[in-house]
Amino acid sequence: MGLKQNLHNLKEKYKGTKMAPAFNAIHTFLYLPNEVTHKGGTHIKAADDLKRTMNIVIMSLIPCLIFGMFNAGFQHYAAIDSSLRTDVLANFFTMDNLWIGIVKILPLVIVSYGIGLLVEFIFAVIKGHEVEEGYLVTGMLVPLIVPVDTPLWMLAVAVVFGVVIGKEVFGGTGMNILNPALTIRAFLFFAYPTWMSGDKVWVHDAVNRVGTPDAISGETILGSYAQNQEVVYSNWDMFMGFIPGSVGETSTLLILLGAAFLIFTKIGSWRIIVSTFLGAAVMGFIFNQVVAADIITESSKFYGLMNTVWWQHLLIGGLAFGAVFMATDPVTASQTNKGKWIYGFLIGFISIMIRVFNPAYPEGVFLAILLMNVFAPTIDHYVVQGNVKKRLKRTKVKTA
Amino acid sequence: MGLLSKKDAALLTDPLADNNPITIQVLGICSALAITAELKASIVMAVSVMFVLGLGNVVISLMRNIIPSKIRIIVQLIVVATLVIIVDLVLKAFQYELSKTLSVFVGLIITNCIIMGRFEAFALGNKPWRSFLDGIGNAVGYGVILIIVGFFRELLGSGTLLGFKVLGDPIEKTGLYAIGYENNGFMLLSPMALIVVGIIIWIQRSKNKALIEEN
Repeated sequence: MGLKQNLHNLKEKYKGTKMAPAFNAIHTFLYLPNEVTHKGGTHIKAADDLKRTMNIVIMSLIPCLIFGMFNAGFQHYAAIDSSLRTDVLANFFTMDNLWIGIVKILPLVIVSYGIGLLVEFIFAVIKGHEVEEGYLVTGMLVPLIVPVDTPLWMLAVAVVFGVVIGKEVFGGTGMNILNPALTIRAFLFFAYPTWMSGDKVWVHDAVNRVGTPDAISGETILGSYAQNQEVVYSNWDMFMGFIPGSVGETSTLLILLGAAFLIFTKIGSWRIIVSTFLGAAVMGFIFNQVVAADIITESSKFYGLMNTVWWQHLLIGGLAFGAVFMATDPVTASQTNKGKWIYGFLIGFISIMIRVFNPAYPEGVFLAILLMNVFAPTIDHYVVQGNVKKRLKRTKVKTA
Repeated sequence: MGLLSKKDAALLTDPLADNNPITIQVLGICSALAITAELKASIVMAVSVMFVLGLGNVVISLMRNIIPSKIRIIVQLIVVATLVIIVDLVLKAFQYELSKTLSVFVGLIITNCIIMGRFEAFALGNKPWRSFLDGIGNAVGYGVILIIVGFFRELLGSGTLLGFKVLGDPIEKTGLYAIGYENNGFMLLSPMALIVVGIIIWIQRSKNKALIEEN
């Protein structure tokens, strides 16, 4: 008797009881359901249900995760011995690097999924509905957008908060106003700022070594710019992702690869991705012009970030990751095509604005996306109303 | 409650649960968000409001037949303002540090929606004793929520209760802090107060069948 049959029997046994949704979820996650509708009206037959959709997003995130594991180790060793940076490619894909990545990042993934799914299962059992698939992607995104040394209990607290307040209170998957993964990130940022910003948290073990002769640090590129310091990383490093940062967001190349996969499978909206980059580029360009016009000089604390070349803004920080994997969340984004352009553009625009002007933390992508999540329905409303007006005008002309 | 008739007792108990000014009527939210980062401030605020609302209700009720209805709001404001100034001066005299923390919010008791609401809705149409009970009941209902919110915000945000370090010392790493616990800075920000109030409303509504809305 296979696993499928076992699960099916369990499902039949617990049918109608409170625990039923839990078994149903495992069953339909792994296999096609046994029940097929035979009679009645028209049925749409499509293979890409919510679970398959989620799985495709997870697949597009896997390269970032694996790269993040290598990078966690690489940044750790490179911070101790900076000569490793002279030949990055030879020193990057080593077992030592991967080992640190596995030890540090796999627990993050496990805690994120374990706690998040536990909350989902509890809510499904209390509310008596099927377990919703929404957390599959969130659980993968969360470990990728936190610093590598984030304590596991903090992540667990944040996940509970994010899933309950960000999603379940609104009615679960598909009803949430805010992106749950970003709610979790925002909670961590406001609750435990010492673990989420500064120059110590981005490199494994840097926090523990503070004050010892072995002290190491790894300022992010944005952090260096914000303090008007020189940046030691080349543009190539930034594009490839050999830089300190949150676990999975450093490699622009792999994020773009994921974006291509999402667009090809028609799951991510290319409109949002393109317009977010566009908005960021425009804002970056405006800031460049401000510096060029000598309105902001080197003595200003905004000089470093404002002077950052506009296309470099697209490579550093979490912008690319946010644009591709966060802004495109179909639930919280705008639904209309025109709305998607506006929504994405404003995310990019505001991201760079917050990045430059935020005195406490030189990054603003998650805040910008959360803000626009709130406005997405408003944008849609006006796009739809505009369309209605246009069409009404057309009918009037005809009747007249 | 042998002292009170059933009807009078309801005046005291209703605002505690089924008709709570904060969680059901959603009045007086501003101060609930602003001053609940510390438990002590929450308690003082609750007591101040109880004093103002209880006494104010009695005064308004005594004057209810002689206040011309056209200028009743002004009369009510004068009564509240007088009582609030008394509270403010008492705090400044005996609890100066605390009055600094509460700062403008003591003065803003005047604009607390609950107070004007009870004057208008109850004291203008009821006898002094009943008005007094109503005022105390509503103030307690308000205070209970304030104290619950203040308790959780101070405990989780600063790791203290009424200033006592109940979870250990975060700098010397004793108690819970020795095993890596850290204070939740988000708890000290006002948005978290809103979320805590929201969670209280959520729990109350899911427990109390009478409050579940049809839709």
